[in-house]
Amino acid sequence: MQNTDTSIARTKIAIKDLNFYYGKFKALKDINLDIPEGRVTAFIGPSGCGKSTLLRVLNRMFELYPEQRAEGQILLDGEDLLKSKDDVALLRAKVGMVFQKPTPFPMSIYDNVAFGVKLFENLSSSDMEERVEWALRKSALWTEVKDKLQQNGSSLSGGQQQRLCIARGIAIKPEVLLLDEPCSALDPISTAKVEELIVELKADYTVVIVTHNMQQAARCSDYTAYMYLGDLIEFGDTKQMFFKPQRKETEDYITGRFG
Amino acid sequence: MPDKHLSTQFDSELTSVSSQVMEMGGLVESQILGAIKALSNRSLEAAEEVAVAEARVNAMEIEIDRDLSSIIARRQPTARDLRLLIAISKTTANLERVGDEAAKIARMARSIIDAGAPRSLPTVELRYAAELASGLLNKALDAFARLDVNAALSILKEDDEIDREFDGFVRILITYMMEDPRTISASLDLLFLAKAIERIGDHAKNIAEFIIYVVKGEDVRHSSLAQVEQAIQ
Repeated sequence: MQNTDTSIARTKIAIKDLNFYYGKFKALKDINLDIPEGRVTAFIGPSGCGKSTLLRVLNRMFELYPEQRAEGQILLDGEDLLKSKDDVALLRAKVGMVFQKPTPFPMSIYDNVAFGVKLFENLSSSDMEERVEWALRKSALWTEVKDKLQQNGSSLSGGQQQRLCIARGIAIKPEVLLLDEPCSALDPISTAKVEELIVELKADYTVVIVTHNMQQAARCSDYTAYMYLGDLIEFGDTKQMFFKPQRKETEDYITGRFG
Repeated sequence: MPDKHLSTQFDSELTSVSSQVMEMGGLVESQILGAIKALSNRSLEAAEEVAVAEARVNAMEIEIDRDLSSIIARRQPTARDLRLLIAISKTTANLERVGDEAAKIARMARSIIDAGAPRSLPTVELRYAAELASGLLNKALDAFARLDVNAALSILKEDDEIDREFDGFVRILITYMMEDPRTISASLDLLFLAKAIERIGDHAKNIAEFIIYVVKGEDVRHSSLAQVEQAIQ
């Protein structure tokens, strides 16, 4: 039985002694976790365990709400992003996010993808066309939309919309892609396409995915973190985690004995 | 499995497939005892019963595998549930092989009876070895039902005793054959028979190893006793 070895990959994001509060409620408790670069890391756990909260801290999404606060360090390539004075938009260009429900902007498919790029880069129209095509190809949507790029993004099916959002997310070439329940609103075929995409994306990006679907974590992640009531219970190699977890709490959860 | 799943249906499926394995095991045990009775009592009737039971054992192996496939397809089991189902599949394969060995013993008993071999041949030792082997299989199934790793370990140790019995028996047979070459043909039958009993012990040992796999997640096949002891710490 091999042991979990996360040291093979470089650490992209190091989370150190992270505590997080919604007002007085402590939602994350002393989280320490190294997210490896160029790998897919999944956060699993029952509702309210803090997995989505943790994901939102990684690109400071929580700062939209004044009563929410984070303590500790989140080192992105060694730099603490919680203390960074940089514009949060710059951070989100490096750490992109795709949400649970597809959120196409009310504009054309082309503009949906180009929108974020325009904020950060000044590309010629031919370069922009190239970038949009690249992002749509990467997100496995190109062949389905290449003849209707000027149609409204919301005219696509749910699965296509979600892949459009992923295309928008990667068009700005982030370093980290955060996916919050990206398939929960999708049918099995769209889900399979998105999962296929997640596996392909890790060649260029560090991917972090929150999912309620344990089998999804088992299928497409390299590492899995199991969280419960704000604690990180176990973190390790996904294969090991689903065959022989170290902690009984993890085993109870993944085998459906939780309750 | 001591803890309950959220899905009681899943629990009852696991319980049902586990009890089928126990039923199959019981059937196989009675085959061994029947085969040895055929030999020591020179009973053609007992030999016939073993052959009849074999068809049932084969059918049970197929039934259990079908149920296992269905559980895996519908439940996507993980961790210890997955290990249990894999172990059950391997256990039934081993039980089916034990059934084959028992049928083989019964067939040889029949040929010894038909040939009218001398009654002086050492079948008593063989009966002892067969009782050891069937007792070991019984313990292995009992330990499987309780998922008891310590019982599994003692089974691994006891299998060595059957192996020693086999070696001793081979020496006795050689003595017989040297003293009276007319016993050679029947002695060779007995030798194959002893080998079949020895194989039954090996299958019991395999089942014991699967128990450790289920409980500890460690694959201890082809490991030394010391390694096994370490694995179940």
